[in-house]
Amino acid sequence: MANRESSFKNMVITLFMVTFFAAAALGFVYDMTKDAIEMAKLKAQSEAIEKVLPEFEELGETYKVAAESSEDTIEIFPAYDGDQLVGYAVKTFTNNGFSGYISIMAGINQSGNFSGYEVLEHTETPGLGSKMNEWFRSTQKSSQSVIGKNPESHRFEVSKDGGDIDAITASTITSRAFLDALNRAYDAYKNNVVENTGSAGQ
Amino acid sequence: MNYLVIVIGAIFVNNIVLMQFLGICPFLGVSKRLSTAIGMTGAVAFVMVLATIVTYLIQNYILDAFGLAFLQTIAFILVIASLVQLVEIILKKVSPALYQALGIFLPLITTNCAILGVAILTIQKDFNLVEGVIFAIANAVGFGLALVLFAGIREHLDLQNVPKGLKGTPIALIAAGILAMAFMGFSGLV
Amino acid sequence: MNQWKNFTKGFIKENPVFVLLLGMCPTLGVTSSAINGLGMGLATTFVLVMSNMVVSIIKKQIPEKVRIPSFIVIIATFVTIVELIMEAYLPSLFQSLGLFIPLIVVNCIVLGRAEAFASKNNLVSSVVDGFGIGFGFSFALVLLGGIRELLGSGKLFSITIYPENYVTLLFVLAPGAFIVLGYLIAIINRIKKD
Repeated sequence: MANRESSFKNMVITLFMVTFFAAAALGFVYDMTKDAIEMAKLKAQSEAIEKVLPEFEELGETYKVAAESSEDTIEIFPAYDGDQLVGYAVKTFTNNGFSGYISIMAGINQSGNFSGYEVLEHTETPGLGSKMNEWFRSTQKSSQSVIGKNPESHRFEVSKDGGDIDAITASTITSRAFLDALNRAYDAYKNNVVENTGSAGQ
Repeated sequence: MNYLVIVIGAIFVNNIVLMQFLGICPFLGVSKRLSTAIGMTGAVAFVMVLATIVTYLIQNYILDAFGLAFLQTIAFILVIASLVQLVEIILKKVSPALYQALGIFLPLITTNCAILGVAILTIQKDFNLVEGVIFAIANAVGFGLALVLFAGIREHLDLQNVPKGLKGTPIALIAAGILAMAFMGFSGLV
Repeated sequence: MNQWKNFTKGFIKENPVFVLLLGMCPTLGVTSSAINGLGMGLATTFVLVMSNMVVSIIKKQIPEKVRIPSFIVIIATFVTIVELIMEAYLPSLFQSLGLFIPLIVVNCIVLGRAEAFASKNNLVSSVVDGFGIGFGFSFALVLLGGIRELLGSGKLFSITIYPENYVTLLFVLAPGAFIVLGYLIAIINRIKKD
């Protein structure tokens, strides 16, 4: 097969060259795709905000807030239609999903109620936990919907735990996690926005 | 995060082979006999834990520190390949008998998706080093559990009257599916 | 080498999934829907073709002892390139395939072809082999994904074929993957015998 001889020098040189070219090629492609990747993420975020607060036209300055029980941050996006504050989109999360992390964009309107939500990231079971995208905003069964409610007017826990929201059939864990994320969003909203009504309303 | 939850989760609820589909090649290839299954599990466990530690350190102190996160795949697989080489060399010196017994399976650990998978998952789940090590050990146990259970089943299957078309891999896969169904029963546990 | 035969062997005779029994992890892991299967299949084909190409070009320059590590670095590079491209231009597929994209680097098919074929054959044959095996792999994934999606959710390529009330959820879950693959291999074995 007439390969190069496997001397130590040759081996080191070959490995070095291969790795060098590999790193160079990767650096190049990374540079090329960096901006597109950023844009794709921002686009997904904008689309999510649009779904939860349909009247929004542009965003005010984002606040990043520390979540109480972990090191992650919650992002709060004040949303405006012209000069009018329309509500707040809160990017919340939970780590208690059946398969771990779930990220949700929740919309809180001017009356302090949830106006909508969009599940951004999850690895829950398809056909079971993944139903959360539609389940909790059902227009037919208000006992499972979170729309128009908030954790102060209704207990945001599954009925099994004494709460006011009906869990997804056979997906209690995902349901609990979902409500955990919404509670976290509401806490962040209450503690950081409502208190600063002076500066928040602009 | 609660250590017990990590352990139960990795071994039963999200079993690496039966639920996450990682490590299938050795699962199907090595599980024909109980003794090889156990040997393979030991080797995998060792590499998995070491790999998780080293990749964690590399991710946090080199890749993230210099904004090189996109080199994760290359860096991790090189770490794993080197560790396997290292294990081979050490085993040859320390226990030639075990080295012989494992034979071809040792270099194959490099392409075991379970090891790279666990290394990446540790970073994705944002575990710290201690949680990462516990996660790796638990996954190795889960891997071993699935392998040993399956080897037991296959040794029995060999003695049964399986229809000709299903003999060998097909019936093994169907049996694995039923085993996976059994493991689904653990879902409510954590 | 008859390039047509070289190309088509990947579909039935040497199908990586059904016959060679390689690349099982992604086969079971991403086939909960046909489109995921197709996406993974094409991503893997890209890596296969590119790495076969590079390995075949530089095969004489690589000393015997560092063969495998060199191949791994080459393959890992193309896997990362595919990752970055998908993250930038196909974000929803990127999300669905998740962990399995970087796992292409340990897909035994890719390393296997580099070692068994590209390192011993010329450029044209290696590229054709890459496409053939890659498309064969994609074919297997789409077939498996399609069956699971149809039986498990009533849809095919996200188009609803029959109502959700009649689905057998098991097929899009873990056990379904094993069982459908088992039966598919049995059927293909039967076909090959004739």
